[in-house]
Amino acid sequence: MTDLTQARSLTELDPRTKKRNAAEKRFRAYGVSAIAIGVVFLVILLWNIISAGLPAYTQTSLKLDVALTQEEVDKAESAVVKTTRYRKMIEAAMVAALQDQGIENPFSKSRDLVRMLSTGAPATLRDAVLADPSLVGQTSQFEFFMSSRADGYMKGRVTREDLARDKNLTPLHLDVIDRLVDAGMVERGFNWNFIFGVDASEARPEQAGMGASILGSFYMMMVVLMAAVPIGVATAIYLEEFAPQNWFTDLIEINISNLAAVPSIVFGILGIAAFIQFGGGVMGIAGFKQSVPLVGGLVLSLMTLPTIIIATRASLKAVPPSIRDAALGLGASKTQAVFHHVLPLALPGILTGTIIGLAQALGETAPLLLIGMIGLVATSYPEGFVSGFTEPNSAMPAQIYQWATRADPAFYERAWGGIIILLVFLLSMNIIAIILRRRFERRW
Amino acid sequence: MSASTLFLVIAVIAIVGFFVGRHRALATADGSIRRLHSLPQYYGSHVAVLSFAPAVLVLAVWSIAQPLVIGGSVQSQILPSDIPEGRDISLVMTEVRTLADGLSLAVSSGDMTAAEADNAQTFIGDLRDRLGALGVALGGDVRPSVLAAAQSYRSATATGDLIRTVLVLALAGGAFLFAFRQIAPDFRARNTVERAVRVILIGCASIAILTTVGIVLSLIFNTIQFFKLYPWQDFLFGTTWSPSFQGASELGILPLLWGTLYISFVALAVAVPIGLFAAVYLSEYATPRVRAIAKPALEVLAGIPTIVYGLFALLTVGPFLLAAFGEDGVLGVNWMQGGTAVMTAGLVMGIMLIPFVSSLSDDIINSVPQAMRDGSLGLGATKSETIKTVVLPAALPGIVGAILLAASRAIGETMIVVFGAGAAARLDLNPFEAMTTVTAKIVSQLTGDGDFNSPEALVAFALGMTLFIMTLGLNVLALRIVRKYREQYE
Repeated sequence: MTDLTQARSLTELDPRTKKRNAAEKRFRAYGVSAIAIGVVFLVILLWNIISAGLPAYTQTSLKLDVALTQEEVDKAESAVVKTTRYRKMIEAAMVAALQDQGIENPFSKSRDLVRMLSTGAPATLRDAVLADPSLVGQTSQFEFFMSSRADGYMKGRVTREDLARDKNLTPLHLDVIDRLVDAGMVERGFNWNFIFGVDASEARPEQAGMGASILGSFYMMMVVLMAAVPIGVATAIYLEEFAPQNWFTDLIEINISNLAAVPSIVFGILGIAAFIQFGGGVMGIAGFKQSVPLVGGLVLSLMTLPTIIIATRASLKAVPPSIRDAALGLGASKTQAVFHHVLPLALPGILTGTIIGLAQALGETAPLLLIGMIGLVATSYPEGFVSGFTEPNSAMPAQIYQWATRADPAFYERAWGGIIILLVFLLSMNIIAIILRRRFERRW
Repeated sequence: MSASTLFLVIAVIAIVGFFVGRHRALATADGSIRRLHSLPQYYGSHVAVLSFAPAVLVLAVWSIAQPLVIGGSVQSQILPSDIPEGRDISLVMTEVRTLADGLSLAVSSGDMTAAEADNAQTFIGDLRDRLGALGVALGGDVRPSVLAAAQSYRSATATGDLIRTVLVLALAGGAFLFAFRQIAPDFRARNTVERAVRVILIGCASIAILTTVGIVLSLIFNTIQFFKLYPWQDFLFGTTWSPSFQGASELGILPLLWGTLYISFVALAVAVPIGLFAAVYLSEYATPRVRAIAKPALEVLAGIPTIVYGLFALLTVGPFLLAAFGEDGVLGVNWMQGGTAVMTAGLVMGIMLIPFVSSLSDDIINSVPQAMRDGSLGLGATKSETIKTVVLPAALPGIVGAILLAASRAIGETMIVVFGAGAAARLDLNPFEAMTTVTAKIVSQLTGDGDFNSPEALVAFALGMTLFIMTLGLNVLALRIVRKYREQYE
């Protein structure tokens, strides 16, 4: 009872209370900082993606007047390697252009001069000639992509020091490029080729684009939509509305919750063994081979199935029993009550779940690596609608993976740029899902 | 008829059946719907379902069984000497099938007469070039025993296809007639159709089971195949991982398991404290407005595809750590040799797992009854004391479950470790050293050529099996804990 003898004002805190209050404050601060760390990581990640990826959307190109004569085009077309002659034409045009502008040409061999252009430039010229034969016999202006290093110099990625050890480009090239910029012949413009173009070989990062892989992803999403959505919704309807309480129902439920947690790469193994090895090999089904969107789509379907089932069940559960009771009371059969009344009311929720499942499938990479969506340079668009499903193609994440594993740092820029496209797709899908939920979700 | 044409024919029969059935029902009731037991479209659907389902089922089973049966019987015709050294017979069977298909193609495109194709033995030397002109690529020159096998494969397939066509069409037609004759005003068409709908629903629900069975079978078959070529003791207890496609590889799983567990540990060490504190703050302290902003912001982290995290690890976090801990680093400690390391992968994976831990724990903390908090606060405890001594202990089993789920995620994560962890398999304690994981090695062993018969490729299936068992065990345990905990408070 000694405490009572020490008189103390109630407004003055004793040391123990001070300590407890301090502990309280500290604890709160931990919580705030945990959230802050999470948000900071998010900001760093997004900033990193945008700053590293945006340069992929511009491309430096050179405007060059090339004189095309009938004689030279004929010679080129009759040669075995057709682009060699076209390269010579570009070389000549470039030497002439430098003379016109009064820029000193430091190279004795004109072949060294054109190293600042993409190695695909002759093919660009040839394609233009083949597409429009009327160009032959006159001088017209073409735009050629600069090589990835020259492009990198313009974007500040490549410095003169970097080039000291480079075989493809020398600081002398950069001097010429600086003069060409002053002359207005070299410009950076928006790179539509990156969005709509196809992948290019390892030597030409400047010409690589996402187009074919976007289409590949699109076909895979169609497969997911046609396979996973009906099966997933049917499963959810059965489990939620019809299934009796027995071992079979339990088995299905256990399987679904386990499938939801199986690592995605295991689905890739399933794709190799069940679809490619067994379906394509032993059974001889024509469409089941490596790198085909059909197989990729089926693997992703199996992977997304649990997501769709769980979302559908939740939205079926949200429909109040009174709806069912009313339908049954008016003489509808159980099946009629479900299909005519419950399902339409649950549709917005099902749609939202489906979109989220699709978004998850769109970004998934690991299973696609195993079924061979990489190691293939997707240099062409599929011909026709059906071959989109059965011809080897890439997919957005697989394309990004492939670029990230190539040696030239110019491909890293492409990989980040590809991520921006992928995230834009994911973001718009999620926004659509949120809007659907806001507009149509009913609270009972 | 090919399987797809047959399917289309059956579909047409079914569609016709729908309209005929509906018409017939109305006709038997003299046009008055009230005399019918069910609505007219149910009679139509009855005919459609009955003529469609059995025929398609037989078609599917037949199409799956036929190549297996014929393939098995034809295999015996191939001479053992014609199987290349070290290769599987399945490779020769692929050749047999390609050859048989090529001959059929040649006949259908008019390049060969049917008699010519049947006597292809007479011009076996030219066969490869003739088929090559049609776009059928054969690996090498055609050997006599392979051609003989292909011929019997072709004739057996032709017979099989004919029987299939007849059988399926007879079944569809017969069922159509049967269902058509069943139609009468008091026939309970709705009930039969609804039963069919129920069967379809059950069939769809069984796909989940089939998928699991498929995963297990595809892992087991190839794993057994692997253990025939490589002793299982060396796989499970070997401490060296050095695959080489020239042979003499050492495929011990221990370094991979060590790398996997080490990286997962680092990831959890990052994700669990941050995720848990975030969850506590969001559910106990945050005002609704803060919660409405912070919770979705954290969940965005969960929606970003893992390949993005992989690239982030490779190109941003790795170089950053190297600049701090590497040679000539800011900290002056030379611990790190390259950008890829356990720390790089673990850190990035931890970021990825933050929302996973926080949203699961958030749910669990929210389900602790309010009365328990009120009791503690009423006795004079501060908010943090209440959380530490009442809420968290009550929620502990659920939180442990959440951590186990996060661990299973970390173990199964692929893209981050492919980019961030490195390729060298090592048993080392230094977290700044490059190590590799089970998932990364599955990717590197299976993305080569399409040959699945060497132990170096088959080992991926054994690794997948290990991964599957580990994650399955963790998930079952976690779900059990979480469920038990939920029951406690419900």
